[in-house]
Amino acid sequence: MAISAVAGASASSRAARTATLIKFSMFVLFLVIWQTLAFMLAQPDFPSFTQTLSALYYHSVSGDLIINVAITVTRVAISFILAMLLGSIFGIAMGARAWFNHLSDSFLIILLNVPALVVIILSYIWIGLVEAAAITAVVINKIPTVAVMLREGARTTDPKLAQVAQVYNIPWWRFMRKIYLPQLYPFFLAAARNGLSLIWKIVLVVELLGRSDGVGFALHSMFQFFDIAGILAYTMAFIAVVFMIEWVCFTPFDARIQRGR
Amino acid sequence: MSALSIHINQLAYNVQNENSTTKASERIIADIALDIKPNECVCIVGPSGCGKTTLLNAVAGIINTNNDDVNGNVSGNIMLQFTTPSPTIGYIFQEPRLMPWLTLYENIALVMPNDDPVKITAILDAVGLAAQANSYPNHLSGGMQRRASIARAFVIEPQILLLDEPFVSLDAPTAMQCRELLISLAKIHKSTIIFVTHDLNEALYLGDRVVFLSPSPARIIHELALNNVCEAYDSAAQINLKSELFNRFPKILEGQLSQD
Repeated sequence: MAISAVAGASASSRAARTATLIKFSMFVLFLVIWQTLAFMLAQPDFPSFTQTLSALYYHSVSGDLIINVAITVTRVAISFILAMLLGSIFGIAMGARAWFNHLSDSFLIILLNVPALVVIILSYIWIGLVEAAAITAVVINKIPTVAVMLREGARTTDPKLAQVAQVYNIPWWRFMRKIYLPQLYPFFLAAARNGLSLIWKIVLVVELLGRSDGVGFALHSMFQFFDIAGILAYTMAFIAVVFMIEWVCFTPFDARIQRGR
Repeated sequence: MSALSIHINQLAYNVQNENSTTKASERIIADIALDIKPNECVCIVGPSGCGKTTLLNAVAGIINTNNDDVNGNVSGNIMLQFTTPSPTIGYIFQEPRLMPWLTLYENIALVMPNDDPVKITAILDAVGLAAQANSYPNHLSGGMQRRASIARAFVIEPQILLLDEPFVSLDAPTAMQCRELLISLAKIHKSTIIFVTHDLNEALYLGDRVVFLSPSPARIIHELALNNVCEAYDSAAQINLKSELFNRFPKILEGQLSQD
């Protein structure tokens, strides 16, 4: 049994290596196609991969790319944390308590369907062209989708496990940490993954409309100069950041919640 | 070790109907009065759906008449008297109910007020799972999960132990192994036991007394004191006892004393 376990482990690590190799080759293939296409078209509006790379270098060294990306990442981080926290609390409360769900269900549907742009414009008008307005707009846009996801999670929690806690007098905080919240982690991760992609897209719109720094603002000014290589360079930089967040935060969390399941 | 007196009267679930304002009331237990001596093992036998689990849940405090249960709100009288004030209660459920995201060690530490590695290791050793302390429940066999749930119940040194058909899903040798384990641990901890089962052999083997229930709403229809006559599972004494019982009450497992 021990031998077959070792063999199984090496087979699964081999499968993992193959998967990584395939992912990496697809990425390289994409870059090659991009480069070839740009070379064949030879249009100034369609810069090649190497031109984008040199624009990335130029904007990082002599421009504000690094500071702009840092500012946007900060805005994304603050909005993300606030939206996840508030959205989870609302969602769990709605899933766990039927009366609270009745109370807030129509409100949730309204929030889900108000266009992001309307929320952004209104919060700039009502709060002013300040940082708080920008963050508020992003958070309000994101809360309902987190709440919907966590509500589903809270509805699927197993009352039989809660009975174990009741019989064995498990303190409330330990019950939350070891029994209740672990049942919600997969939902929390799903909300975080699609939340991050949605939030950083909205943050750019918010910056474009009412901030004088950040990636959104930079894209806006490059649009006016038709600096397409610059726009692609910024996109590239931001995608790199998102990949890093995926590797540093989400993948380890995912591995953690998969343990034992 | 604690003596226990139970009196449950007219216990019902009141379920709010989805489409109307009326409440449907389902009476589960008509009247059950049981006095259980310290260190006694009482086996409860009855047809399925007769309220056996409800009885255990009432003793465990999972259902009470002040709170809403998952099945709706509960009405009726539940009177529980223990000789020890607020005794520790262990409960082995029909399913192992281990947390899949915690290792066996963590699952057992979960129910203890303070993490006590010596105690946890000792109990895992006693149920033969010391080597699996760091395994997750889903990676173990059904019998191992069952033994882990026994370990979890005994680690708190329960004065009262409740068991709800805990060995039904196991194959015969594994179930026997678990029964032996239960007997030896119960001897060490001197727990007072209420054991719900629909397996008469199991009841006759484990119980000091067997209590037979009627179909829902449940009441006690017959009691049988055993005084350790069945020394082994399927012993001659047990087979005799069983045939004697079936001769007198052919339909006792269906909850009926009369022939018709």
